[in-house]
Amino acid sequence: MPIIELCNISKYVCKNINLKILNNEFTVLLGPNGAGKSTLLNIIAGLIEYQGSVLFDGKCVNHFPVNKRKIGYLFQDLYLFPHLDVFSNIAYSLEIRKKNSHKIRERVNELLEMLRIENLLHCYPKQLSGGEKQRVAIARSLATKPDILLLDEPLSSVDLQSSKYLRRELKQLQKELGMTTIYVTHNLMEAEEMADKIVVIDKGKVEQIGGVKEIFFSPVNKQVSEFIGAPNILKCSKYKNLGKGIAEVNCGGLSVIIPDEGRAINKIAMLPRDIYCSELRPPGPKVNRFKGSIIDIYSNIEVIRLELKVGENILLAELPYHIFARMNLKIGKEIFIILKLRTIKCL
Amino acid sequence: MKLLRKLIPGWGIVPIIIFLILWEGIARINLISGNFFFPPFSMVVAELYFLTVNGVLGNNFLRSFFRVIIGFSAGALAGLFVGIIMGWKSLIDRALNPIISLIYPIPALGWLPILMLWLGISEILPIAIIFICSFFPILYNTSTGIKMVDKNYIRVAKSLGASNRKILISIVVPLALPNIFTGLKLESGMAWRVIIAAEMVAIPTGIGALMMRAESLMRIDIIIICLIVLAVMCFLFERFFKFLENKFTARWS
Repeated sequence: MPIIELCNISKYVCKNINLKILNNEFTVLLGPNGAGKSTLLNIIAGLIEYQGSVLFDGKCVNHFPVNKRKIGYLFQDLYLFPHLDVFSNIAYSLEIRKKNSHKIRERVNELLEMLRIENLLHCYPKQLSGGEKQRVAIARSLATKPDILLLDEPLSSVDLQSSKYLRRELKQLQKELGMTTIYVTHNLMEAEEMADKIVVIDKGKVEQIGGVKEIFFSPVNKQVSEFIGAPNILKCSKYKNLGKGIAEVNCGGLSVIIPDEGRAINKIAMLPRDIYCSELRPPGPKVNRFKGSIIDIYSNIEVIRLELKVGENILLAELPYHIFARMNLKIGKEIFIILKLRTIKCL
Repeated sequence: MKLLRKLIPGWGIVPIIIFLILWEGIARINLISGNFFFPPFSMVVAELYFLTVNGVLGNNFLRSFFRVIIGFSAGALAGLFVGIIMGWKSLIDRALNPIISLIYPIPALGWLPILMLWLGISEILPIAIIFICSFFPILYNTSTGIKMVDKNYIRVAKSLGASNRKILISIVVPLALPNIFTGLKLESGMAWRVIIAAEMVAIPTGIGALMMRAESLMRIDIIIICLIVLAVMCFLFERFFKFLENKFTARWS
């Protein structure tokens, strides 16, 4: 599977982008809407004209049409052809390549089995659920055994539960098939869960490239930090191993239980969205449960952020709009927080 | 009502039967100045039998029928062809649109005088009128349908490696079918309305001409028969295209 290189790519909002994506890697292009992520995907696919060079394994493919680039492309709204049944949708790219009907049937059956949708063979897209459509679209994009898989926010129209399941499936599929995969999203959770490497893009510029931990806990600049939601990084003292894979540290007057990594920890980090907030005292043992007061409330693109004073620490927590609307939060009010054990990262 | 519908199969025919009984009754009691201007239904049926047996109705009907079939088929095919090209190629659309926009609003019968002079009173004349009547609306519906196809389907087909021609044939035209059939359904009925009008004005044979002859002989029963034939043919043609539309699009649209 090829290494993809983008050299001085310019198109629309994208200006002089240079990027290297290693073979068999699951790369997530992460950034806000309008950052230029989908444009990059279309450039790699050869669907739009561009300035600069796209190289597959060092070979310039600028003049290769889409069908010579060996790509599978999964679009945001899937766009299954409504007038074709599931079989014909999946077989479409094979029929174009004039494969014989026996081979087409064999390949389609193989894909149907792989994605567990054998029962949908003669259904039309309007008869399918969101998750089923997703699977058919994945099968269609894999039909020609592409070397590169391009996914443009493919889970944005699926409900939360199905999305979670499909994320796991997609990741597993990518590992099994060993395809170089580029996944576009603005969803942090998707990026965190699926990426081998994350490329943060904002306003057509690559802001940071790195692994999940690096991006989420060591953002290189304000743009990345603001988009990711500046992580809470707390200095620790008095490391104490409690056994059973956990340890206790003291962070600015708070006794925090953390996953034990068998080494002394100087700093811990947690993302704002991983801090649970409640107006009422949460039930359960008093482990990692603290009381704090709200010192600021402000809104981001998709969420409400709370600045909290907890012990001697200032923490940033995040709430979705609909949850914030149900609570009666204001500056100065005291609330309860839980630091979720498994989301605390030791730095 | 639902129960009644279940109990009586073909419930829809009841209003027609009531209408025919009323018609027969009103004509029989001489409510509208006698049988002369308003013949009873039974008299119309008797005349229908007579005209069918002596071949007058069949002969005139077949002439109108073939004119419609030939004119409409040619107009529809040409409209589909030009409409697809205009919808697909914006350059051709921009080039042809101004002239077609100018010609389109002219009613089909408005062409009759000039066509009579150009083509003479021949079999070509009604066919040409039907051609014009079908061509422009079908062209418009087709090109609109093609233009309305979501460009993302084209993008997806391209990403799957399809050529432009393949995309047009396998994706764009099928997705434009609902619009195309709307044009065909409307214009197939319109073709019958226009041929009757043209035959009444300028052509000495066909159902329209039969109506005009009946008018001069004050044979209202024959006029009514011709109107019934016209109504049935419009209905059947529209139904035929509705059937085709269902066959090709009902499963997915």
